Amino acid sequence: MGAGVTVNLENVWIKFGDFVAVREANVNIKGGDFFSFLGPSGCGKTTILRAVSGFLDPSEGRVLIGGKDMAGIGPNKRPTALIFQNLALFPLMKIWENITFSMEVAGASAGDRRKRADELLDMIALSGQGDKFPSELSGGQKQRVAIARALCAEPDVLLLDEPLSALDLKLRQHMRTELREIQQRVGISFIYITHDQGEALTMSDSVAVMRAGIIDQIAGGHEIYDHPATPFVASFVGENNVFRGKLQSVNGNEAVIRTNRSGDLLAQITPTAVGKMKAGDDAMMFVRPEALALGEASPDSKTTISANVLNEEFEGNSYSVFLEGDGGKQIKMSLPNLGQDRESSKGSSLALHYDASTAVVMPAGELASE
Amino acid sequence: MSPKVISRLALGAYLLIFFGYLLGPLVVMSLTAFNSSGFPSVSPWACFTFEWFDVLFKDQRILNGIKNSIIIGIGTVIVSIAIGLSAALVLTQVWPKLRTTYYTIIIAPILIPGVVLGISTIVFWDRVSRLLGPSTDALFHNGIFLTILGQSTFIASYAMLIFVARLARFDPGLTEAALDLGATHTQAFRKILLPFMRPAIASAAVLAFLASFENYNTTTFTFGNYPTLTIELAQKVRYGINPSISSLAFIIVVLTVFGALAFEAYRRNTGNKERAKEGKAAPKSGGILPGFLRGNPAAVVLVLLCFTVITAVGTAQSYSPEQCKMDVRAAKQLEIDLRIEALEEKRRLRELGKTHEGPDIFGTPEVESEDKAPSSSGAFGDVFKDLEQGD
Repeated sequence: MGAGVTVNLENVWIKFGDFVAVREANVNIKGGDFFSFLGPSGCGKTTILRAVSGFLDPSEGRVLIGGKDMAGIGPNKRPTALIFQNLALFPLMKIWENITFSMEVAGASAGDRRKRADELLDMIALSGQGDKFPSELSGGQKQRVAIARALCAEPDVLLLDEPLSALDLKLRQHMRTELREIQQRVGISFIYITHDQGEALTMSDSVAVMRAGIIDQIAGGHEIYDHPATPFVASFVGENNVFRGKLQSVNGNEAVIRTNRSGDLLAQITPTAVGKMKAGDDAMMFVRPEALALGEASPDSKTTISANVLNEEFEGNSYSVFLEGDGGKQIKMSLPNLGQDRESSKGSSLALHYDASTAVVMPAGELASE
Repeated sequence: MSPKVISRLALGAYLLIFFGYLLGPLVVMSLTAFNSSGFPSVSPWACFTFEWFDVLFKDQRILNGIKNSIIIGIGTVIVSIAIGLSAALVLTQVWPKLRTTYYTIIIAPILIPGVVLGISTIVFWDRVSRLLGPSTDALFHNGIFLTILGQSTFIASYAMLIFVARLARFDPGLTEAALDLGATHTQAFRKILLPFMRPAIASAAVLAFLASFENYNTTTFTFGNYPTLTIELAQKVRYGINPSISSLAFIIVVLTVFGALAFEAYRRNTGNKERAKEGKAAPKSGGILPGFLRGNPAAVVLVLLCFTVITAVGTAQSYSPEQCKMDVRAAKQLEIDLRIEALEEKRRLRELGKTHEGPDIFGTPEVESEDKAPSSSGAFGDVFKDLEQGD
């Protein structure tokens, strides 16, 4: 990996009139990192990207690229290149002209541009297609052209605004791998915007999860999945069963929560909340569907939930089992498909067991709306 | 007859009437250009002739009018496109709440009568020239300058409407992408927006030129010493016209048809090529027609039209209707002689009646009918009778 350039957001606020799009964002992106902003649509992640690329100025705070304050520097002077959500390829230019547009405006000769375009076309596996127009390419090919066009400008930071959202599933998965490879080859910092947690988790070194203008958590993908900092992160990233209630007792980094309908349950306190929670607080406990397993019914256990199977769905690599606990509590469990014949357990009563280290408890808060 | 046939017939009749109404006047006018009769008319048909084209091309005032119209047209195109394009661009940038108001103000000149625009143009620039002193008189009272500005006031609004429609389909992301890749605002405008606007600029230019060329009511106040074609034609009508005007109309009609066919032929040709490229319709090989004409009726008609025009111009060089004209003149002379004779006969009979000193009850029936008919049929008595017959 080459030496990338750091990007820092220092206490950035972005307001449109009375509407606060981004609230107090503090982000430090290391050079050469693949950094993702993950959040539902309208959470302000694209706004942050536009502030980094220079299309809008933060209302407060500073954007630093490579340690340099970017205030007052326009998008055409910043060492960033943006890949737009709709790609924004120039429809009236041929592919090679599109790719080398940054050289054209810098005054490079047609011969040089052609040569560079051919190199980049080789890199994105589109050799010989330079004389086509964007409308003659498929979605995935356009995608690659947009990446080549941005890389041709030799930016220190590449910004990507949901570039894969328009592609079909197979292509999207393929492009994920390809993007990661390109990033490792060129060694520059990538800032990636997405609402797809799968994309964020597979590609990124670090992920920032955003909710309504606020950054809830910045951490590696594993950390975000296993130790979500807020109920929003827990419910937005991956699937989770949520149990509401009040804390019964706290013991170091473990706590017992008296849930509203499922009795007392034991869980780990999420790292950011250790030492900040006490008995009697409103709390939420999360258990992933794949962390639940079938166990022995024992009323005294604090890691067992009893429930009736309502329905079962086959999803290829796994079965999703939908259960109903005491008081109508909806619970989802995921069982791997191991190939053997399985009898539907519909209607039967089960005891669900989990390991306390896989359940997290945290102060109650807003959930991601489905 | 089944209802289907009836509705077909009705539709056919409707189309016939519709196109007759649209194109009939043009056809009649074109025909009058080839009649040697001194007044534009189709019947009575005298002789087939090209002489009115000669008259037209020797008419200095018409030629001068065409020249002025073209100069003013080009000037108007330049001014209107520049103003219209910038107005449309401002519309996309202006604060959303102001947009409706701004739009109304910008298209207002279309709603104002051309006469008002003409008068206000001369009044305004007269004031400006007084304000700036006599050295500017020559410019601000110049007919070409005033006409270009006067016409541009409303033609720019038309141009703006075309640009606004095209701009609505522009993705501002493209400009942002260009900026992001290091282009300056000027480069982004020149390399991204302008090429996108090119088709709209072309159609706005054609529209502006035509609107300027045919404008009368604004120009009539502003033309000064540079009368345009419409002004010259209007003045000609006032002093009596001859079919050279029809021949000009015919030329304009032919040019219009020519332009429309050329455009259609071009459009179809590129369309065919694209389809061939996509492999939807394999290019037809063989056949006697060259590639450009294949599957392109407009191009075929265009080529035929060219041949017709060339043949007609060639024939016109050698064709001379002198013999026919002499025949017509002789026939007319004969008719006039006959009529004079009849009149003299009538007068003689009347004088004869006077000498009898009594009601002419024995008058010949032919004479009586000739005498009575005009007095009973026309409110203007006999005044127009001689005119009609003298033609």
